[in-house]
Amino acid sequence: MMKHLLSMDQLSSADIVTILDTAESLRSVTDRPIKKLPTLRGRTVCNLFYEASTRTRISFELAAKRLSADVINFSADSKSSVAKGESFKDTAWTLEAMGVDAIIVRHGSSGAPHQLSQWVKASVLNAGDGQHEHPTQALLDLYSMREHFKDLEGLKVAIVGDVLHSRVARSNVKGLVTMGADVILIGPPTLIPPQAATWGARIGYDLDEVLEEIDVCYLLRVQKERQSEQLFPSLREYAALWGLDSRRLARMKPEVLVMHPGPMNRGVEIGADVSESPRSIILDQVANGLAVRMSLLYLMLGGRSEDGEVFE
Amino acid sequence: MSRYLLRGGRVIDPASGVDERRDLLIEEGVVASTGATLDEAGAEVIDVAGAVVAPGLVDLHTHVREPGREDEETIASASAAAAAGGYTAICTMPNTDPIADSAAIVEKVWALGREAGLVEVVAAGALSKGQRGEKMADIGEMVRSVARVRLFTDDGHGVQNSLFARRVMEYLVTFDAIYAEHCEDEALAAGGMMHEGERSMALGMRGIPSEAEELMAARDIALAKLTGCRLHLLHISTAGTAEIVRRARAEGVRVTAEATPHHFSLTDAELESYDPNAKVNPPLRTEEDRAAIVGALADGTIDAIATDHAPHALEEKDVEFQYAPPGMVGLETSLALTLTELVHPGHISLTRAIELLSVGPSRILGLPQGGPLTSGDPAHVVVFDPDGEWTVDPARLRSLCKNTPFVGRKLRGRVLHTFFAGRLTVRDGVVLAGELV
Amino acid sequence: MGNAPAQKREFVVKSRLLEPDDVRRALVRISHEIVERNKGTDDLVIVGIRTRGAPLADRIAASIADFEGADVPSGALDVTLYRDDVALRGPRNLEATTVPADLDGRNVVLVDDVLYTGRTIRAAFDAVLDLGRPRAIRLAVLVDRGHRELPIRADHVGKNLPTAASEIVKVHLQEIDGEDAVLIGEYRP
Ligand SMILES: [Zn+2]
Repeated sequence: MMKHLLSMDQLSSADIVTILDTAESLRSVTDRPIKKLPTLRGRTVCNLFYEASTRTRISFELAAKRLSADVINFSADSKSSVAKGESFKDTAWTLEAMGVDAIIVRHGSSGAPHQLSQWVKASVLNAGDGQHEHPTQALLDLYSMREHFKDLEGLKVAIVGDVLHSRVARSNVKGLVTMGADVILIGPPTLIPPQAATWGARIGYDLDEVLEEIDVCYLLRVQKERQSEQLFPSLREYAALWGLDSRRLARMKPEVLVMHPGPMNRGVEIGADVSESPRSIILDQVANGLAVRMSLLYLMLGGRSEDGEVFE
Repeated sequence: MSRYLLRGGRVIDPASGVDERRDLLIEEGVVASTGATLDEAGAEVIDVAGAVVAPGLVDLHTHVREPGREDEETIASASAAAAAGGYTAICTMPNTDPIADSAAIVEKVWALGREAGLVEVVAAGALSKGQRGEKMADIGEMVRSVARVRLFTDDGHGVQNSLFARRVMEYLVTFDAIYAEHCEDEALAAGGMMHEGERSMALGMRGIPSEAEELMAARDIALAKLTGCRLHLLHISTAGTAEIVRRARAEGVRVTAEATPHHFSLTDAELESYDPNAKVNPPLRTEEDRAAIVGALADGTIDAIATDHAPHALEEKDVEFQYAPPGMVGLETSLALTLTELVHPGHISLTRAIELLSVGPSRILGLPQGGPLTSGDPAHVVVFDPDGEWTVDPARLRSLCKNTPFVGRKLRGRVLHTFFAGRLTVRDGVVLAGELV
Repeated sequence: MGNAPAQKREFVVKSRLLEPDDVRRALVRISHEIVERNKGTDDLVIVGIRTRGAPLADRIAASIADFEGADVPSGALDVTLYRDDVALRGPRNLEATTVPADLDGRNVVLVDDVLYTGRTIRAAFDAVLDLGRPRAIRLAVLVDRGHRELPIRADHVGKNLPTAASEIVKVHLQEIDGEDAVLIGEYRP
């Protein structure tokens, strides 16, 4: 089994299936009264978060605790830690000296988990790095899609919005393309540069054009703090052209899934009524995140067997 | 002062059109005589059979960190690194702390260079006060100072304001001094960490488009035409810029250009490991750009190979990619990279390599370093084994900083001896700093 | 991901110890013992330990239904996540745990193919106790080959097989392997 999970590039479709199948087995544990498993007893997992994200951190923390691992939380603002105090590398070495078995890292700088993996012996799990990747989000999204559509092959998935700055989009496109899905990136060229076509996805500028054909409409968060960069004229215009409102929802297939990595800007990329419609599986995504993260921790830390040998 | 007889080397001296096996007698700081077989006449004989004897190398683009960050590189340590790399002159960039924008600073740099005594230290001056691109630096005072500054640049930044660029160019014509530009439109490049393209998109890093360089190169060429100022484009890195320069020169514009060893050796593929040592500005570009730079070095569009030697302390580079400052050291690897990447694969001749590393840059700066190596000429000489293999080992670099992505790379081409004004500064690859003081 | 299948070592059969009829007879006998010990079928739950305990549990339940005319719930338990050697052996793919209804107050009979060190059974105790609070847990195995490392004893044994530690005992079942048999042999490296 892989030592680190840094990018969806590492995973073959067989790997993804193993991760999702394992998550499915683990999902049942979350429905029973005793939700804890002894599997990772004695293992230590560190959540190293240089960007605030309570949701992702809690999900990882709970996943590790459900498997009986000890959990350390280390949060730092990446900017302040550069200006003063301990460097990223010193922090890594400190954690290494404490004997952690896995470091779950979220960082504002693309590639930070990759660098970290070269400094420590522990397993490194990328919980989101800069504008690069967020593989566990992609895996839980794949899991959620697979719950509804047995086969991801040929599934038509539109990813709508700020692909350029989105680590969620990068990981999802890679995962979906690996699984044989048909991915369409929708948004203005300020948010979807032409190089994205090299990922094996199609590019379109008009959401209305693809409404009838898609099985999944994956909406990316509009990062309001990027407003100053003049990527589009106004939130109002964005909502009118690329926001998913109930009028657009009505034109889509009845079994279409509406997904969003959260947190949502209601009234911008997603209409309030759409987020609460039965087609929206946004809350399932959150619940499935726990099972997928348990699965990854189990598969990565469950053993150190080099040859992948299984029990007799 | 000692007399040295370099016996049996292949003398390549583009300035005199010589490329043949001959001896070279160095005496009193000058080349005393050359010939097929010279008499020893009491000189120390250094057997250089199989090696190349060429005019000393000249680096147009060296960042020293003195004054300001002497922990990273002093003028003395940069001089030692330069000598080890076969250099006999370096042009120091003005982005020190304080910025070299006045006669006092450039004279200090010049004096420290003299004191180190290993290479000619030619101080470049800033174009603008504090390199802020707003007010002219003390250009005339720097020209007239003992440092005799002839190249002005705000390197590290491009001059963003076109009117200011025009005014400075006009003013520089007074002294026939050089306006040297770090071509980068900062609005287009804002926040960029690597070349903008497929790879930056995949790696999730904000890109610097080629156009950020090309727009400013084109603007400066237009302004050079308008003003008649001598223009030098620093570290050009894209196929587009090379083409812009090629056309301008065909039109007779007074523009020269340099390229760095890393831009002709590496591409943005290097960034896939997120190695901060591969972070430079301008960024490593695509394979197509790299090949175009090699072509422009070969066909004469580019005049000089310049290192953009930029030392950074380990603690500055050993951080998240985003926070690492751009730059790599280069003085001690440039000759070997030129030989390994350009000469040995057959892209350029040995003679062309010496033109790019010595003759071209020395002409731009008006130095005697680039030869000819004939009787009575100052003896700035490098002797190198063009085939000598060595592996880049940070522990053996003389620069105080070891930030280079070439660590562990096996290179072909090794400096044996360097003579600066007739004095041996490097013998058998060892810098003779102690003997000079 | 480096999850390539482990190099398959060749299993060399030294002898076949149980044939299909032997397996059938052993299971019928175990089924009778279970009902006898339980004094009927009330509160009885048969739970097989994956992989090969699961079809055995189903067969025992069917057998009991046959001669008692009572439906006895059966299920399967994946104990992978409870093993004490997860770290030593590397992760395996998980299978579903399908335990019928509520285990509280029930008499749970764990079923496995081979009883060896006892570590799998220990893991199964933990797994069952996390699912509920049975009144009793009993253990039925098709083969007991000895070499216990924990103080665990089976209540119902199909066949006691004294073996050398170097030997491998393999149970084949129709549902998984296409035949019923108990084999003894060795891995050839
Ligand atoms: Zn520069």
